[in-house]
This record gives sequence, structure tokens and C-alpha cells, in this order.
Amino acid sequence: MDLQINVHHLTRVEGHGNIVIDMQSGQLKKAQLEIVEPPRFFEAMLKGRNFHEAAIITSRICGICSLGHQMTSLKATEAALGLAISEQTLKLRKILVHGATFQSNVLHALFLAAPDFLNVGSVFPLINTHKEVVLAALRLKRLANEIGELISGRAVHPISCVPGGFTKLPTNEELAALREKLVTQAIPDASFVVEVVASLAGAIPDFVRETEYISVYSPQEYGLYDGQICSSDSGLHPVDDYLRVTNEFIVPHSTSKHARFNRSSYFVGALARFNNSSALLSPLAKDVAARLGLQAPNYNPYMNTVAQVVEVAHCVEDTIRLIDELLATGIKAEKPNQEPTRYGRGMATTEVPRGILFHDYTYNRQGQIEKANCIIPTGQNLANIDDDMKKLVPEIIGEGKAAITKKLEMLVRAYDPCISCSVHLLDVQFDE
Amino acid sequence: MSKPKVAFFDFTSCEGCQLNKLNFENDFLDMLEHVDIVEFREAMDDKADEYDIAFIEGSISTPTCIERIHDIRRRAKVLVALGQCACSGGVNAMKNLHQPDWVREEVYGNEKYRFPSIPAQPVSAVVKVDYEVRGCPMSAPEYLHIFKSLVMGRKPEIFDHAVCVECKLKENECVLDKGMFCLGPVTRAGCEAICPGNGQYCTGCRGPISNLNLEGAVEMLREHGFSETEARKRLHLFSANELV
Repeated sequence: MDLQINVHHLTRVEGHGNIVIDMQSGQLKKAQLEIVEPPRFFEAMLKGRNFHEAAIITSRICGICSLGHQMTSLKATEAALGLAISEQTLKLRKILVHGATFQSNVLHALFLAAPDFLNVGSVFPLINTHKEVVLAALRLKRLANEIGELISGRAVHPISCVPGGFTKLPTNEELAALREKLVTQAIPDASFVVEVVASLAGAIPDFVRETEYISVYSPQEYGLYDGQICSSDSGLHPVDDYLRVTNEFIVPHSTSKHARFNRSSYFVGALARFNNSSALLSPLAKDVAARLGLQAPNYNPYMNTVAQVVEVAHCVEDTIRLIDELLATGIKAEKPNQEPTRYGRGMATTEVPRGILFHDYTYNRQGQIEKANCIIPTGQNLANIDDDMKKLVPEIIGEGKAAITKKLEMLVRAYDPCISCSVHLLDVQFDE
Repeated sequence: MSKPKVAFFDFTSCEGCQLNKLNFENDFLDMLEHVDIVEFREAMDDKADEYDIAFIEGSISTPTCIERIHDIRRRAKVLVALGQCACSGGVNAMKNLHQPDWVREEVYGNEKYRFPSIPAQPVSAVVKVDYEVRGCPMSAPEYLHIFKSLVMGRKPEIFDHAVCVECKLKENECVLDKGMFCLGPVTRAGCEAICPGNGQYCTGCRGPISNLNLEGAVEMLREHGFSETEARKRLHLFSANELV
């Protein structure tokens, strides 16, 4: 049989991509996600820039993961220049990463992915049919953004995070007020959202493809802010080995580079984090995973959205714990530590909502960037998405073009791709 | 009266300005009572043939972008550039300062010929732009002001004084006096001096005021201990198209 699908500029994803499927006489000739987002050339823009500017510039790679880019950028700069940070800065940064993660996960799971499970084209019809859940999701998102606004000055393109610390600190009273909202509002809203997602679980396609799962891993905590690189195939690798793990290569159908490590492709994102670190989730998040039927290891890429919901619970609960620790000692007035003790190369990794992110800078003795490299999660997932499509299309070929197209769109959406980041989107093309 | 049809489009950008708009969680449902969102690829499947107001995010940086923006302009009664990438080219325009081949080679190596790219331009370089919401990211209060004005059929108020003025009104400690770098004296206001308010320096993300004295700005920064090269480099961060 012949089948041709071409979804041009896939909707409800960040950035521009096309899904192209070409099957001729039952043979799959092509199954790929084409990335057509215009290239941005950030690595070239960073050359010659002062160390104060690196995080300001790289945050602009992506509006959705701007906080994650800043964190990774700051850590790479601090590693290159030998800048130590305080325990207080570390805790405030971890809270910021939690806020950005649950903001993005709520946005994706409830506003971008949920319409597929309810057979509507966007979140807008749900405002009439499912108003309470839309309101709960909006409140969660607002609170996550308030975390960013309080600690970093602004949720999109944060202001006060700088190498060595913060230019402005929250007060104890502000942190206590935030804690109160997390307890009285975010926990009940998150629990309500979990029940709604549990009721939709039957609409999640049943598809399994075991692959390699790569994430940040830390023995002390669920890996998000910092840790080593963990592969489900080969175990732990130091951050400095990131190039050996990512092996970026250029393919003609994508302005974003692809990546592979122990196999032809690997998976990054919430499901990879869950598979590698689920034992370290907070107690509430473990309950949510059990309620949603998610157990590690899980090999269904569509379950990435469910793993994101589990992480919402983890981030909310762990933020409360971190605020308690900060309030126990009280916020101390601190100036950022910006006196370099060395100049050279610094590499860093952080989990952003869509997966593992790397920044790598080399500074000269004037504190200016000589060489920069950023490897973004969506780029790392592209080869894995192509491999999923190659297995999925023959399995569902009897379901008809409309159903196949929808499942492919849902598959790409499940990865929550951030294409501006990777370049850095989506179009499905069936050749009949 | 029927509700105005509003559409959002994204070009070369980080989509942070569109995200910022979804961040009006408290006003979001109220806004929807006054407009029909007919096209917004990042959030919905629907597409429309014409729009009363088209909001454009991002700069024009590939041949395909030029075709798309002409098509949108033909369908739109009012066109608003959203954020600095759309208003001036923003950070994307930094690549215009380098030889195009070098930039592509730096990122894609020998495969550079596969990825055509043209200098990053503001939307106004290709089609008529009716209103601009500046800033990286766009200023949320300014966007709400322009959005409400257009929906109510009023002409929005546009600022053309320096961030310095807003900063003084906020009674912030002067950033330059603290020994830090700052572009507040020459950057267009409308952000309520949010960066100095958070202890940071003004990065010039809203572009220069219209009566900019560029050499005076460089001289002022030199007097505060920053080299001419450093001053110019930082002035170019968000305004490479306007200042070079």
C-alpha cells in the first residue's frame, strides 16, 4: 500500500516543523520530522562577549526555557572562571528550576497535549467544557511564574541571576507568602489536575519502543539543577564528556543537528528523567506516579506527558522543602561573587523541561568568550522521534490516514519539542 | 458588533513574547471575551483567511519568511510587531555584523550551504507595520495597553523618552553610580526600568531613543570606565541594525 502524509508547520508545539511520511508498496521510504525553523547562530553571536553578557544572550535562545538556559550558562561561566557560589544561591536557583519546570510542564500537558485526548483543536473550547481544570492549570502556571518573578525579577528572560549569585534577593516575608500559596493552592490544584489526567489515560496511545534514556543524575536528589550525565545503557558519565555522549551530526531535513550515543538515537525529557531517577522523587510525586500508572522503566514515548505531570507534584513539594530550609536560617544579604580565579573552559549541564541541556564556553584572559557550544534537548530527541515514527507507522497502517496523522502529531507533541531552541518544529507528509 | 479577529504569528525568535502573553493568567479569560483568536499556531490547530489585528513576533531572516509576511500583511487590517526581534531584528541582528559565510560555518561547518540565511531584518523592512511593542521580552503592561487600545478602537500611546527617566521616577539607585555598565540613558522607555529595579544594568533591549546621540553615549560610558570597544559591543546587542 502507498501512503503519503505531510503535516506542514505542526501546531501546538514551539517552533516550526513538518511531519513527512512516504510509504510505497508497503515499504516505508521516509518517516521524519523536518525542522524548518530559521537558524539563529547563537554560538557565533557569543564570540568576543564579556562574561556578564553570556547568560543574558543565551536566555534569548528560547523564551520557554530561558531560565534553564540562564542556569546552564551561569554554571558554565562559573566553572570556566572559577567562581564559587553560596549555599543560598544554590537553593534559590533550585527553586527557580522547579518553578520553570512545573510552569512548562503544566503548559504542555494541559494546554498543548490535553486537547488531543479530548478531540478538540486547542485549549480554547475547553474553557467552556472543562472550565474548572483550565482555571486550576492557569493558577498553577501563574504561581510558577510568580516564583520566577519573585526570585529572578521576570519569568521570561530572568533579570537578577548573574555569574556568582543574584543582584537582588527575595525577603523572608516574600518567601513565606510564596510557601503559603504553594501549600494552600498549588498542592490542591495539582491534585485536581492529576485526577483529570487519570480520567484521560485511556486516550493515550499504546505504543512501546525501548530506547536509550539520557538525563542528569544526582545521587542526592531527582536530577534537575545539576549532576552527572546518566545513560540507561552505559551508566554515569562526567559532564566534561558531553561531546562523546551527544555526537551531533547534520541531516539534510533539519536545520537542527541530530544526536546519537550508544544506539541510533536516544530519548531526553521528563520520561528519561523519570526512568533514570524515579526513586528520588518526592513522596507526593511517587503517589501521583502510582495513581497515573507510571512505573520505571516505561518505554511508551506518549507517557512523557504523564511523567511531566508527576514532575509538577515533585517540583511543588520540593520547592516547599527548599523554602523551609532557606527560612530556617533566614535570607542573608550577599553580593554576587564575580572575581575570576582562572580563565579557561567551563562545561555545564541542567535539565530543562524538555531534557538535558549543555553549555560549553572557553574564556580568554580578558573574560571574553572565545568559543561557545550549546546542545539543546529537542535536537537530541529528533533522531529518536524519527525512529519512533519508523516503528509506529507500520504498526498502525490499517487505521487510515486521518488516525495515523493524528497519532503522529500526538507523538511529536508528546516530546514537547522546542524547536526555536533546537535551532531551532513539525509538518506530517504522507506520500501516496 | 462582532468581536475583532486576532491572529498571532511567529518568525525567527525565541517565542518568549508569545509565551509572555500566555502568562497573563489572571486576565486571559477576560481578554477572550473581547476578541476571537482565529490563528495561533503555538496554541491551536485552526487557521483563518483574514484578521482584524495580526501580531507578529520575530525577525525576517530567510527567503521563506519574506513570502509569509507579505501574505499575512495582505490579510491583516492592522499589523503589530511584537517584541524587539520584530521591531528591530533584536539579538538575531548581531549576526549581520559578521560575514554571513563565517557565521554559518561556525555553526554548521562544511554543511553550511544546506542552510540559506539572509541578514536578520525587522518586519518593517519588508511590510508596513502599524504599531510596535518593543522589548526583549516585550513589556507585558505595554502589550496590554496596545491590545486594549486597538480592541477599543483608540490610538495607543507610544513612549520615546529614556529608561533613565522611568528609573528616576522609581527612585532606583543609579546603576552607573554603582560602577556598573548601563544603557538606561539612551534606551527607549516603557519597561518601567525593570532591570535596574532588580539590581541589573539596562541592556538596551528596547532599542535607542529616536534622538540618540551615539557618540555622546559612548563618551559617557568611557567616562564611567568602559572602553569604546566594549561600549559599542554592548550597544549592538539588541540594536545592531539601528546603530551600525
